Amino acid sequence: MKLVIGIVRPEKANDVLEALYRAEVRGVSLSRVQGHGGELDRVETYRGTTVKMGLSDKVRFEIAVSDPFVEPTISALCEGGRTGEVGDGKIFVVPLERVVRIRTSETDDAAVTPVGA
Amino acid sequence: MEALVLAQAAKVDTGDTAWMLAATALVLLMTPALGLFYAGLVRSKNTLNTFMMCIAAIAIATVTWAAIGYSFAFGEANEIIGGFDHAFLKDVTLEPREGSTIPHLLFFAFQGTFCIITVALISGAVVERMRFGAFLVFAALWSVLVYAVLAHWAFGPGWLLNGGTLDFAGGVPVEMASGFSALAAALVVGARKDYGRLALLPHNAIYCLLGAGLLWFGWFGFNGGSGFGTGQNSVLAFTNTLLCPATSLIVWFALDLIRGRTVTAIGAATAIIVGCVLITPAGGFVSPGWAMALGAAGALPCYAVIAFRPRTRVDETLDVLAAHGIAGLTGILFVGFFAQESWNGISDGLLYGNAAQLGDQALAALAAPAYAFVMTFALLKLIGLLMPLRATQREEALGMDVVQHGEEAYVSGEGAILVAPEPDAAGEVAVAQPG
Repeated sequence: MKLVIGIVRPEKANDVLEALYRAEVRGVSLSRVQGHGGELDRVETYRGTTVKMGLSDKVRFEIAVSDPFVEPTISALCEGGRTGEVGDGKIFVVPLERVVRIRTSETDDAAVTPVGA
Repeated sequence: MEALVLAQAAKVDTGDTAWMLAATALVLLMTPALGLFYAGLVRSKNTLNTFMMCIAAIAIATVTWAAIGYSFAFGEANEIIGGFDHAFLKDVTLEPREGSTIPHLLFFAFQGTFCIITVALISGAVVERMRFGAFLVFAALWSVLVYAVLAHWAFGPGWLLNGGTLDFAGGVPVEMASGFSALAAALVVGARKDYGRLALLPHNAIYCLLGAGLLWFGWFGFNGGSGFGTGQNSVLAFTNTLLCPATSLIVWFALDLIRGRTVTAIGAATAIIVGCVLITPAGGFVSPGWAMALGAAGALPCYAVIAFRPRTRVDETLDVLAAHGIAGLTGILFVGFFAQESWNGISDGLLYGNAAQLGDQALAALAAPAYAFVMTFALLKLIGLLMPLRATQREEALGMDVVQHGEEAYVSGEGAILVAPEPDAAGEVAVAQPG
């Protein structure tokens, strides 16, 4: 079991969701985050104040999957999130110690397998 | 000759002038109100750009109106176009305009605010993708070549007015012109990149309701001022502006209930605007009872177009065609049926025995949409040859606020680094030599 964390552009979030759906990866959490990954700073001006916006809006996907689903998840994130410009984001894969589904107390692989799959 | 001029010269009436000064300010308020309404209907990353198109309309249309638009609309060269009599405000003075009791200069300002809101209305068809610069060029040309010409036809004195068409406050040059121009603009500029594929939802329904409320408030000046004074037609139009949108709202509630089992807020905001547009051509011509009937009946075709349009490939984004074009057309035709001389002192409609009035109204309902559609289509094609009309796909994805204006509507300030002005040399030296 792995936790796949993907940080992508907000405007690509829908494409990623679509790609994940096609890869039959269900069970996704996403949150809006701000971050910086080496892309060029945007310069904005508010009246006399000019600022460099060091942080860009990103969307962070968190997907807990069983081992056979790790690669499909990663390729879905890449495929859906890529524009080719700096700032497309990153994917982090971390091992998962334990997963519990609250409703049924199922654990581990059974808990990360979506209902009806 | 001189004696004739003196005999015709009416006096400025202080009461009429006082009301028209207030009405002009009320109509100007409608444009930022429209900006707020439109801003609520787009995604948050396009809020400022959408609002700015309305603000830009104030800037551009005011200047073109003073330069040439007013002359094209209210000059008397011929029945098609007003000519250059009043170009650059020539002969627009504090004396009353012929046949009115308010200063000519005030008449010019009042009519100018109509041109402004009409230009702003069209932006609803092209928000979230049209380049700001291209919109400015379009606004300048459209205000002169489309708005001013149609205003001449309907108010000018142009061929529609002289032919007997009744248009109280701008069913022809404002509502039908903006609605059918919006359709043409949507076709030329093209759909947003994710249109029909992703749900592109309104980001703030509160803006929509507040904007619609302020529009309604301003519309009392728009319709109530179109009698150019405090006479009976003005009072009738003013009161009808209260009655008609109220019945539109009730019918919209019912239609929403039938279609989706809930009464929606954005639907209500739309219904207010539809009701105000419906009564615009009819304001001073129909009885209060018929105004309420118009609000109820006229909501139906507009609702139908709003429900149908998203099923097509035409991304006429904020439904200007439905809320203004179709509602304006319905109102113009309604006058042909239900105008009542005992209320308006000018003419009866079909129901009161004057079938010819319906013919005059139908003529306007054909000519105005055709002219507006064809001219807008051609204008935008022409501008498209000189400059790109729309932002690139990448820019569209980022949002027009950051790309076109270098600002965001909902900026957090987190991670923002102040770009300081160049530090002066002495200061740098002092810091560089510690101890």
